[in-house]
Amino acid sequence: MDFATIVEILDSAVRLGTPLLLACLAGLFSERAGIFDIGLEGKMLMAAFFSGAVAAVTGNAWLGLLAGVGGSMSLAFVHGLASITFRGNQLISGVAVNFLASGFTVLIAQSWFHQGGRTPQLSGNGRFEPITLPGAEAVKDVPVIGQIYANLLSGHSILVYVAFAMVPITWWVLFRTRFGLRLRAVGENPESVDTAGISVIRLRYTAVAITGVLAGLGGVYLATGLAAGFVKEMTAGRGYIALAALIFAKWRPVPALGATMLFGLLEAISNRYPNIDLGVITLPIQFMQAVPYILTVIILAGFIGKAIPPRAGGQPYVKER
Amino acid sequence: MEKTPKWVDVALIPVLNLLIAFVISGIVVLLIGEDPVKAIKVMVSGALGSPYGWGYTLYYSTNFIFTGLAVAVAYHASQFNIGGEGQATLGGLGVALVLLAVPWPHWTIALVAAMFGGALFGAAWAAIPAWLQAKRGSHIVITTIMFNFIGASVLNYMLVNVLRPPRSMDPATARFPAATHLPTFHDIPLVGQFFSKSVPANVSFFIAILACWLVWILIWRTKLGFEIRAFGRSEPAARYAGISPVKIVMAAMLISGGLAGLMAINNVMGEAHRLVLNSVEGAGFIGIAVALMGRNHPFGVFLAALLFGFLYQGGGELALETTIPRELITVIQALVILFTGAFDNMLRAPIESFFVARANARKEA
Repeated sequence: MDFATIVEILDSAVRLGTPLLLACLAGLFSERAGIFDIGLEGKMLMAAFFSGAVAAVTGNAWLGLLAGVGGSMSLAFVHGLASITFRGNQLISGVAVNFLASGFTVLIAQSWFHQGGRTPQLSGNGRFEPITLPGAEAVKDVPVIGQIYANLLSGHSILVYVAFAMVPITWWVLFRTRFGLRLRAVGENPESVDTAGISVIRLRYTAVAITGVLAGLGGVYLATGLAAGFVKEMTAGRGYIALAALIFAKWRPVPALGATMLFGLLEAISNRYPNIDLGVITLPIQFMQAVPYILTVIILAGFIGKAIPPRAGGQPYVKER
Repeated sequence: MEKTPKWVDVALIPVLNLLIAFVISGIVVLLIGEDPVKAIKVMVSGALGSPYGWGYTLYYSTNFIFTGLAVAVAYHASQFNIGGEGQATLGGLGVALVLLAVPWPHWTIALVAAMFGGALFGAAWAAIPAWLQAKRGSHIVITTIMFNFIGASVLNYMLVNVLRPPRSMDPATARFPAATHLPTFHDIPLVGQFFSKSVPANVSFFIAILACWLVWILIWRTKLGFEIRAFGRSEPAARYAGISPVKIVMAAMLISGGLAGLMAINNVMGEAHRLVLNSVEGAGFIGIAVALMGRNHPFGVFLAALLFGFLYQGGGELALETTIPRELITVIQALVILFTGAFDNMLRAPIESFFVARANARKEA
């Protein structure tokens, strides 16, 4: 395995890790505010469909992005309604959101395009094209640094750079702003926030809306960046892997980057080398695919550090009378 | 504080929630330019209009009874088992291993052994998340989701690398010997003449009904059931009464996983006669909707499973006879989960306060 191959695999890891990163940060906002969200999968799928559909019809990826984020936000609103206003079970609501997206996208796709539940192939401006960073062509042949710059850092679609920028932004918002302090407080101890005269309901709805936007961007990237159009069930469990990454990262933004890129790398490796020969044993592809889930269970079990979720997570807030 | 009448809780609110879900589904059908009335007609005639339709409806219902009971039993111990899909997958593996292990002389003996294998594997797949929840406090919802994916990988590996017969390209086990095939409704005396040979409904349906009855006895007529319900209502109170949380979580989840695993006697042993990839086809998740609609009561689960069996078979007919894809059923299923589960308080709060106000007014008069 030469250096160019390693760069290629890392480049693929960045692409595959990006939707996970966006969905993971999405879940972070929601869960930090005390709203469990196992509906990330559904929100991404909805966004993937609407972005694919609108980009195909209009030929404009940006309009697709708006539509995709809109689709994801509508599901986020349903989840907010269930878990904040009606004080329902957030897990059940998440399950419902996932099924809603899974059925609705195919139903509408079939009705609009008659292509067996997919959208037409996107081309040209319908997709977010790779951006070549300045000077990438010039330094392409410089060993190591040039290769990394031209092949790993350059050449991604804008959503990849947005996703990476969201990591410090999320950190800053959560830990350096008043809004972030309140958001975290509402996930740990909503009574205290309420006592301070701040609306728990409004804060939680805001958090759920941010989740909708970020998960939406993840879905948009799937349909208009990574692939060229929407395909039935194209999220393929990525929303759940993002959830796993969120736990792996213990609900923190910078570790979330690490976790999602690790899971992206695992996918990239198993795409390239289906069976890994370790000499003594051969790791089958099925094992590689299961690794993110197995790691998450080990983390949850507390064998490597302890993952403690926000304390008020999953509990509807009832205002004292 | 007056309580609302029982019929409101067990009948009125679920039926109203269901109606809302159906009305919205109808609107979705309108939106995609189809006729909802015609859709209902196709579904009813396809699922209930002939013995052939019933043969499929009851076959699907059998799956959903098992997975619905699985979710319900765990729910009584306040555990939300989303892992029915994985547990049923592993149950299928257990059934297949048992049936391929020895040449069984008769289907009755094979059935008993297969039930044991399916339940054992299903329970084992639930045991790890249950143990982690009970001993280490790992959230069971997340671990069971993860185990669904790990289970799919395990099955994929077993079928592709271990159980696939030599020279077969298909990721599936060999066919089970004919002696292990369960009698279908066609083979049952008297009623058999109505059902054609091709209907998949088989004797597992009666085992499912028996399971409903046994779960009812377990939950409401045994000490363990009492402890499960007490623990589900209030963990601190149960702990104070000397009930071991570890024991209850483990017991409830093992029974739950075992029930999900038992589903395999219907779809793997009764219908496919071999184990294929994705043989569960989402039945584990439908169990969630079934348990929610059935208010976690075995009789409610039975009725809800019939309803979903009807939807499943009717949806298949819909896809054949109209241009509505069968994913409409997924949407209906989602709306049922949403309205009977997550949005339950939307109707419950106003209806309950209405009945409380009425009862109070009567008392004063």
